[in-house]
Amino acid sequence: MDILVILQAGVGTGTVLLFATLGEILAERSGVMNLGVEGMMLIGAMSGYSVAIKTGNPWLGVIVAMIAAGLLSQIHAFIAITLHADQVVSGLALTFLGIGISLVLGDGLSKAGTVALLPSASIPLLEKIPILGKVFFSNQSILVYIGYLFIPIAWYFINYTRPGMHLRAVGEYPAAADALGINVFRMRYLYVFVGGVLAGLAGVTISLAIAPGWFSEMTTSGQGWIAVGLVIFAQWDPLRAAVGSYTFGALRRLILDIQGPTMLFGFDNPFYYNPYWGFFLQMLPYAFTIVVLVIGSRDAMRKRLGAPAALGIPYIRGERGK
Amino acid sequence: MSESAPVSVPKRSRRFPYRFHLEPRLKEPPAWYPAAVSVGAILVALVIGGLVIAFAGGNPFASYAHIAKASFGSIGVLSDTLVKATPILLTSLACSIAFRMKLWNIGAEGQFIMGAFGASAVVLIPLFPPETSAWIVIPTMMLVGMLFGALWGMIPGLLKAKLKVNEIISSLMMNYIAVSWINYWIFAVWTEGGFQMSKVFPDYAWLPRLLDYAEQIPFLRGLTTHAGLLLGIVAAVILWLVIYRSRWGYEIRLIGDNAQAAEYAGINITRNTVLVLVVSGALAGLGGMSEVAGTVHRLQTSPIAAGYGFTGIIVAWLAKLNPLVAILVSILFGALLLAGREIQPSGIPKMIQGIILVCLIGSDFLMRYRLRIERIAEEA
Repeated sequence: MDILVILQAGVGTGTVLLFATLGEILAERSGVMNLGVEGMMLIGAMSGYSVAIKTGNPWLGVIVAMIAAGLLSQIHAFIAITLHADQVVSGLALTFLGIGISLVLGDGLSKAGTVALLPSASIPLLEKIPILGKVFFSNQSILVYIGYLFIPIAWYFINYTRPGMHLRAVGEYPAAADALGINVFRMRYLYVFVGGVLAGLAGVTISLAIAPGWFSEMTTSGQGWIAVGLVIFAQWDPLRAAVGSYTFGALRRLILDIQGPTMLFGFDNPFYYNPYWGFFLQMLPYAFTIVVLVIGSRDAMRKRLGAPAALGIPYIRGERGK
Repeated sequence: MSESAPVSVPKRSRRFPYRFHLEPRLKEPPAWYPAAVSVGAILVALVIGGLVIAFAGGNPFASYAHIAKASFGSIGVLSDTLVKATPILLTSLACSIAFRMKLWNIGAEGQFIMGAFGASAVVLIPLFPPETSAWIVIPTMMLVGMLFGALWGMIPGLLKAKLKVNEIISSLMMNYIAVSWINYWIFAVWTEGGFQMSKVFPDYAWLPRLLDYAEQIPFLRGLTTHAGLLLGIVAAVILWLVIYRSRWGYEIRLIGDNAQAAEYAGINITRNTVLVLVVSGALAGLGGMSEVAGTVHRLQTSPIAAGYGFTGIIVAWLAKLNPLVAILVSILFGALLLAGREIQPSGIPKMIQGIILVCLIGSDFLMRYRLRIERIAEEA
């Protein structure tokens, strides 16, 4: 069990969470909470995998996955933004819908045969950096590198660009944004769509790169929900989201790999000799999500930071106090 | 002057001749209206579901006809429908009380699983010597099942009340932990000859079923409906009384409608958060106990962790959080799940559930707003 190998694989696994978390951050920054990440990821994973099998072109799969999940997200956008429904329930409904549709349309996909996967690559020069080069820049999927690019872009976009400022305004004080001539409704639709697109990308990152294949609901196994939790831990900040995502990725890998070797740090490996303890290991990502939520909410209380002020509240023009 | 005026008359006449107005409802809608909207939403959902089935290469009419026939077609399948409805009813009650306080307990699934675990533990440890009277064993199983469910609900409750941790995600995470937990016990401790299930419970740990009385009443032969349904109906009635007729229920509803007003009125939100999630967990746990003692008769992952907790969310919502209405809706969803077992592709019932929930939430808006359609005058 080589720590570097685990970290290297963990970055790959964490990229899935990274895309989903960044997408949810953008949607929530605009004031719309979308709990349907898990469903959108499954739609992305299923449609991307299916298209890649039919056409033999994984990139086409990526594009279709992003569009499909983006379209699904618009159902939530319509219900939450236009119909002013409760965003929690609507997001839940979207999860059920996404799971159901991907199960129906993905029926038989698990036995569909081999598929062309997204390529992996190493970055010359950067790859030679000790430790970091091996972990981050050696033999990773192309999508992992795209993930690296997304982190600073999202951070800069939200904090330092004009549209990013508009985005925050819409999420914090939509009435003021409206008065400034920003179209609150259009912005919210747009960022829910972006969130869906990124969730779709997260899904297809699983099915065509990180853990290739279609295993119905087990394809995502709750990672969409973990992403929703990470948003709170990240305090709606892309940089913290990256830290959280890669940490979770490494944890998931560690759990898979820790049961392999007979010796661990010079002792008999208890997880090798008691294979059933693996079930307790499997609990860890979920238990850790709860821990991370506790950390996130403590930070929020201490720093008086928190969710975008208008998160979860539908904007109704002309209504007082909104 | 008249020459410079834009000549837009022909263009305007081709416009869509109606205009839609949304107006908030000022008056309470008539009594039949909510039910009509819900039924309409379900019909729309079935049409959309049919379209997706057709898109996936299936025959929607055959699928729906099959669902109807396979769930209500005879007294036998009707009994099976009721068996399926029982766990859904109890989980939907669990969701109803939590949702009423706007506590989003998505963890009924995990609480259900832990209830099944607790009830099974009573039999498998075993807590009682063999051939103990069912009158002792069954109530103990109920109690321990509810206790474990309550514990599983209390954890997100405490986290929410004390640390302001989002209960949606924490309760959902508890679901995954519950599955791993019972998997450990099934694989490592209570495995039946290496299979992934415990041994079958002795008969004094079975809830009575209709077919047990077939000797006296031959009509009941083969009917597997068990006493869990009775538990569910009693629980529904009690819960209805609690929510609508008790002081505590009033507090819960007030917090749900306006937490700030409730706080000013001196209602302890922290305590009620924990309490409601404990009761919610206990109800789901009772569901798990009823399923394991009434239907499965052994601890096994796949029939226990079958998503009843999630279906319960939809049923609770469809029943507008009314425990008595939940009885009826549970039966309908029991039918959907029962028939769904044989339909291909197997995801169809799940998908239809999802579409129904989406349509319901969308239609909710018709409760609060009035859609007025107005013909645009020919020339304004």
